[in-house]
Amino acid sequence: MTTWTMIITLSKDVMRIVADQDVVPFRNRVKECAVKIKMGLVNQTKLITAASELGRNMLKYASGGETLIEIVTRGRDNGVRLTFKDKGPGIADLSLAMKDGYSTGKSLGLGLPGAKRLVNEFDIKSEPGKGTTVVVIKWANG
Amino acid sequence: MEKIPILKMGPFLLVTIQVDLYDRLALSLEADLVQMVKKTAAKGVLIDISAVSIVDSFMGRIFGNIAGMCKILDAETVVVGMQPAVAITLIELGLPLTGVHTALDVEKGMKLLTSKVDIDIESDDDLDDDHNTI
Repeated sequence: MTTWTMIITLSKDVMRIVADQDVVPFRNRVKECAVKIKMGLVNQTKLITAASELGRNMLKYASGGETLIEIVTRGRDNGVRLTFKDKGPGIADLSLAMKDGYSTGKSLGLGLPGAKRLVNEFDIKSEPGKGTTVVVIKWANG
Repeated sequence: MEKIPILKMGPFLLVTIQVDLYDRLALSLEADLVQMVKKTAAKGVLIDISAVSIVDSFMGRIFGNIAGMCKILDAETVVVGMQPAVAITLIELGLPLTGVHTALDVEKGMKLLTSKVDIDIESDDDLDDDHNTI
């Protein structure tokens, strides 16, 4: 995607998610960033819900990891970029993991595909045995 | 540990979620609520989520679980007060909350619950009458 190269980071925050109580302060931090760039309420809700899904995934499948919360800009547009990085088992079949209703755990299997629908840009990289990194962007007006 | 209070109101149980739910809190609410339905023989459960700004797939599943479990214990569940942005997000996420009754606000939710259990109370009365006549 060519748009990724033109994105400038305005602020950067690192938070670790290693227990399920960590998800709440993480969501709050994401919300603060969304409010700061005047994101509308519906988009805010979508972004925070996606953040919650991805944070939970990281906890469940990789027993936690590190998140990066950034305010980014591509000129007129500001957005929030979230990076979820874990050193878990990785995902063997990414296309399968992105399918609705597929889950190796006992969840509904909506986490990854659902989160993708809620944001504007979604990128996932995974290496079995090494870990998984998910990057999402929600633009304020996206 | 934090707990979400469950209030008894006549034949119903009332839960107002005022805090951000993390997983363990949601799970303990599910367990407490089902216990309370049994203990109080409640006929209905009303969950007010008007102060909840985020419902993700986990929370959605908890609501579904609560409704299913209460149903088995002969109690109806109504989720009320969902914010429009939450409804939009839930559908886009792919979670239509099937099997969970919803209402716009607490008042309408109470009406819905009453209408659902009224029938039961009446049929109970009928049964009693039958016994009396026999």
